Amino acid sequence: MSFKKQLKDGLLTNNPVLSQLLGMCSTMAITTTLFNGIGMGLSVMVILICSNVVISLLRKVIPDKIRIAAYIVVIAGFVTMVDLLLKAYVPALSESLGVFIPLIVVNCIILGRAEAFASKHGVLASAADGLTQGIGYTAALVVMCIIREFLGSGTFGKGVFGAGSFGATDGIRILPEQYPALLVILPVGGFLTLGCLIAFTQWLNRRIAQKEAQKEAVE
Amino acid sequence: MSTFITLFTISLNAILAENFILVKFLGICPFMGVSKKTDTALGMGVAVIFVMALASAATWAVNEFLLIRLGLEYMQTVVFILVIAALVQFVEMFLQKALPALYQALGIYLPLITTNCAVLGVALLNIQNGYTFIESVVYGVTGGIGFTLAIVLFSSVRERLEDCDCPKAFRGFPLALIAAGLLALSFMGFSGFKVF
Repeated sequence: MSFKKQLKDGLLTNNPVLSQLLGMCSTMAITTTLFNGIGMGLSVMVILICSNVVISLLRKVIPDKIRIAAYIVVIAGFVTMVDLLLKAYVPALSESLGVFIPLIVVNCIILGRAEAFASKHGVLASAADGLTQGIGYTAALVVMCIIREFLGSGTFGKGVFGAGSFGATDGIRILPEQYPALLVILPVGGFLTLGCLIAFTQWLNRRIAQKEAQKEAVE
Repeated sequence: MSTFITLFTISLNAILAENFILVKFLGICPFMGVSKKTDTALGMGVAVIFVMALASAATWAVNEFLLIRLGLEYMQTVVFILVIAALVQFVEMFLQKALPALYQALGIYLPLITTNCAVLGVALLNIQNGYTFIESVVYGVTGGIGFTLAIVLFSSVRERLEDCDCPKAFRGFPLALIAAGLLALSFMGFSGFKVF
């Protein structure tokens, strides 16, 4: 499997959030500012790569019957490391993501990739899979964040751009303050935005499949 | 009296104003996965109440008597998930022997609960909020009741979504998410709700 195909899989046709419909809790809960989205995406990516590599290395050692428990311990170890690192070096992120950092342990994406990919493939392929699926997850989060932040608070890049201390900046204001609909930032908006985004991905994937079928028919 | 009021406030918050699924976004996977029929949704809900109550009690005790004594609080995530996994396995074996009828009803949902974020979430939130043992257990039970309420309500909405006419791209999952969003909107009415 080529890296390019894996990347396309991760980003679009087999995106962990938008096509496989995994890891939705964090996707809807934390995507209120760009800062949260990027932070969460990168944390999950790092954990996913590390756990994929370790599980792929151990795939012949772990007995089949207790494999899920073994995977969870490996994942929980990496999650704890990331949690402590964030607390030490990026406290602003750790504070705003709160309980969702330790909850990465039960994020179905990581366990899903361990079971579906890393336990059957070599180390390099598994690392690449972790990277591409992580990029797909981050991309989905960032898109959600941009949409929700724009509609909900009328800004772009809260926490990353603009004036203020890192992690608590105001962002670049696009809509005047009286227009944004606060609703989009509230839990309701999470469900609605993700619903529309998944519908869009389904439509896009169907178009891609149709085009490929047409191409094959012509050839 | 004041303990009673605290417990009542915790319960009311956990069920309505800070509903685990619709406001806190914990446990979305089973919420979406097992809500196609009302009776399976109810089965899942009961299983979750049961495990969340046990998990709150067990993780509170482990944290208080083991982790804090040994100065190992940073191992919370790893220890809690192991405790929960062991607990679920144990509950499954116990039910199979002692209450086969209940096991038949809950059987398939129990293993799924290990990776339910609501269960690990309640364990972590108990510690974060600094709850006592009784408060933790009450939070676990009422959090589970809130989960059940949301999933049962949603499943009856979803039964009706099955054969509705909507754009092709929205069919199935996206439409379910939008319906859940509207349900969350109605739960938002409870926010800021204070009794005392």
